[in-house]
Amino acid sequence: MTDRAHIATHRKIINVLMLSLSGLCTLLVLSVLFFILGYLLVHGVKSLNWNFFTKLPKPSGETGGGMANAIVGSGKILLLATCIGVPIGALTGVFLAEYSGKQFAFLIRYTADLLNGVPSIVIGIFAYSVVVIPMKHFSAWAGGLALGIMMIPISVRTTEEFLLAVPNSMREGAMALGATKARTIFTVVIPAAAAGLLSGLMLNLARVAGETAPLLFTALGNMFWSHGWHEPTASLPVMIYNYAISPADDLHQQAWAAGFVLLSLVLFINVTARLVIQRGAGASRR
Amino acid sequence: MATPAALTGNLPPRSASRVLYDRLRGGDEIAYLLTLACTVATLLIVVFLIGELWFRSQAAIKAFGLSFLFSSTWNPNGDQFGALPFIYGTCITSFLALLIAVPFGVASAIFLSEMAPPLLSNIFTFLIELLAAVPSVIYGLLGVFILVPIIRLNLVPLLKHTLGFLPLFKGSTFGFSFLSAGLVLSVMIMPFIVSVSREVLLAVPVEQREAALALGATKWETTWQIVLPNAKTGILGSIFLALARALGETMAVTMVIGNTPVISASLLSPGYSIAAVIANEFAEANGALYVSSLIFLGLVLFGLTIVINAIARIFIVMTSRRFG
Amino acid sequence: MLELPWGQKGSMKLSKAAGSRTTVVSAFALLAIGAGVPLQAQVSLTGAGATFPAPIYQKWFSDYQSIGNAQINYQPNGSGGGIKAVTEGVTDFGASDMPLTDEQLSAYQSKHGFKVLLFPTVLGAVVPTYNLPSVKQPLNFTPAALAGIFMGTITKWNDPAIAGANKGVSLPNLDINVAHRSDASGTTFVFTDYLSKVSPEWVQKVGKANTSVQWPAGIGGKGNDGVSGIVKQQEGAIGYVELIYAVKNKLAYGNVQNSSNEFVTASLSSVTAAAAGAAKSIPDDFRVSITNAPGKGAYPISTFTWLLIPSKIPDNAKKTALVGFVKWAITKGQDEVEALDYAKLPSSVVTKETKAVSLIR
Repeated sequence: MTDRAHIATHRKIINVLMLSLSGLCTLLVLSVLFFILGYLLVHGVKSLNWNFFTKLPKPSGETGGGMANAIVGSGKILLLATCIGVPIGALTGVFLAEYSGKQFAFLIRYTADLLNGVPSIVIGIFAYSVVVIPMKHFSAWAGGLALGIMMIPISVRTTEEFLLAVPNSMREGAMALGATKARTIFTVVIPAAAAGLLSGLMLNLARVAGETAPLLFTALGNMFWSHGWHEPTASLPVMIYNYAISPADDLHQQAWAAGFVLLSLVLFINVTARLVIQRGAGASRR
Repeated sequence: MATPAALTGNLPPRSASRVLYDRLRGGDEIAYLLTLACTVATLLIVVFLIGELWFRSQAAIKAFGLSFLFSSTWNPNGDQFGALPFIYGTCITSFLALLIAVPFGVASAIFLSEMAPPLLSNIFTFLIELLAAVPSVIYGLLGVFILVPIIRLNLVPLLKHTLGFLPLFKGSTFGFSFLSAGLVLSVMIMPFIVSVSREVLLAVPVEQREAALALGATKWETTWQIVLPNAKTGILGSIFLALARALGETMAVTMVIGNTPVISASLLSPGYSIAAVIANEFAEANGALYVSSLIFLGLVLFGLTIVINAIARIFIVMTSRRFG
Repeated sequence: MLELPWGQKGSMKLSKAAGSRTTVVSAFALLAIGAGVPLQAQVSLTGAGATFPAPIYQKWFSDYQSIGNAQINYQPNGSGGGIKAVTEGVTDFGASDMPLTDEQLSAYQSKHGFKVLLFPTVLGAVVPTYNLPSVKQPLNFTPAALAGIFMGTITKWNDPAIAGANKGVSLPNLDINVAHRSDASGTTFVFTDYLSKVSPEWVQKVGKANTSVQWPAGIGGKGNDGVSGIVKQQEGAIGYVELIYAVKNKLAYGNVQNSSNEFVTASLSSVTAAAAGAAKSIPDDFRVSITNAPGKGAYPISTFTWLLIPSKIPDNAKKTALVGFVKWAITKGQDEVEALDYAKLPSSVVTKETKAVSLIR
């Protein structure tokens, strides 16, 4: 019989030591997260004021400017990105899940992963050559295309994953009732996967909302409101970058505030999306 | 009660166009074509992307060939371009990031899979995965205002006092250095290591653990000698995934690395990375060879991430095959 | 009874998801409509380029919005960025502190079929700015000292090369941390132009003046802002920035020895003195360098800064707006420049420019 008291003391000590160390590491990692959140909270909220949300950036040296156009600009660019990237990606995912054969599916998945691995700055270069130069100006279109391309791979993967998670019994049930394959997919399978698809979309959006590099030479920036979609457009991440590397304290404050707004948005979307996925996964396990 | 005509088989003959119309209304062809079109679009986008990169870097490839990768002169003035300082910077910062992130990440994964009660483990993992969602520019913001001053004012004097004899820590510093970039990157990639490693560790069958414990091993011994070796390939996969992420990181790195194309053994020296130099210089690169060299750099980086990602996938596929 | 896996919960979630989807869609729709509608019928122009004159340009464009009914969006990304953007035609105009070289001019001409014109807007100074809290009065820099510092041969603040010109000042035994530009910069051009004129060693070691050089020492900051930021944060740092950046960030800046062997402080009068000689003989394309200008009281690192405007602008509204802006900037706009520490254009230059502006078709 194994008598625990007879296990050599040094092994016991090592056991406790190593396990505590690993616990400590975890706490360290978590504390970094809390530090980031806390610091941004304190500094960001301090600088949040009505000006930030309503005013345009002021010429350097003058205080009291804000990021109103950057907030709207980010919204515009993200809207374009979603409209470009999500349909292409989602329908590719539908094809993968419902129609394609094994070989082709492998190729598509590999290509999507390849696209996912492209450094975002390289996508920016692509969008510059393909949109900015022919159009002869920087624009929200270019920025939207760059971010849209970044949204495609994740859209493909999450759509495929959540569609495959819908049990075949639903498809068979619908077909038994006389629905065509297309009708099954679009009126039965997709709605069944809706929660997951939406969460996937939200996670995708949150990831792309914080991207700066591709916007540097596509949407550029704007001191004023950008009218329509053809003009250079200010965006939150680019403003944060520009203000952070400037020496003016006022601009630093604005960078903190913008960082706080951006992070809150991104984390809020993330938490919501993940909770929905987890609840959905939990429900299906029962 | 009238029975539907369809059930009794007494259907009137239909014209060919009616048949076609009905089929179209059924939607199968349209749906198939639509989804196929989008799939082809995805493939084409990737093809165009790679094609564009390849095509626009031809000028640099013709001018320098493979020696581009080994030359360390970056002089837009004299049209001399070499990628070595940037490759060096990218590699050094990524490896430094791994050096820090892997021990902490794997240790946390061990704690979360072996020690922590499931609820706590889930909550903590959820929170750690949130770290992965923080945008790069925010890490850069924190890096510039918090990390760089701490490194310059506190960490560097400490390092010089204790380890100053090492060539790793020679020279004066602004705080903007390989070290700062490596530290920021390590925080950014840690969640990937923790998350994937934890999944892999949890996938190790519980029978293995029980068998070890039954033979008298302590929990730690079980973990170290039984569970970890089983999960080895998966953890390696997570490390390569994290590496691929670190290689392509742009904003956080460019804000803290010092933006100087220098190859130095000292971690305190400012440096440059591939993504950072493209971000800084592309907007102003005038001259066909200059632009082409930057795009060539982008191609090199892309190639690097493809290879690393492929290796990661191989490891992860090996792991999932193992645990079914 | 058949129980679907997603069951009742699934359908509730479905309607909840659909509901939230509707809200999201309608929010996006509102955003789209609101963002797409132009607020006013104003002409929109985009320009990019030098950070050197960015403070005055931003002020000018902000003021001009009501005067000329045009929204001119200026993005300071460095002179190199301005030259590239206007050459590739992705902006309506550019801005640069480096006068375009012959090659750049012909590159533009061969790409577009017509010339790009340069219009000087203000005069400014590049100052050596440093962070030495213990030194209370401005330091004097000889050409040799500046060259040595930025070449990395002079590494400590109390080096005799610096101390020699600053008798009576106690210089600390700190490392000199050099900050330069990481982006292609007209300010770099002006500074290296000066250094190459006064130090043969510089030409040998680093090369001729350009927007980007191979700096033997130091770290790079993006824009005049970036360099100011680095100097501000780091004790013992030195960098070169346009005067207004040192002033508004409360950074100390030194006096530079000019060709008449005086140590001159950058100021409106010393910059104007530097331009005085060149003003009378400025060429028709306005390309001139006034660094190391002869004359008493002339600040040796002074420069004009130029707007780069295509000689042919097809869009009438844009042309009117841009031409109107230039005319306003070189006349009425000049009243605003001194408050931001830029010097006014010499009147002979203004006269010449007013004629040149009409060349834009």
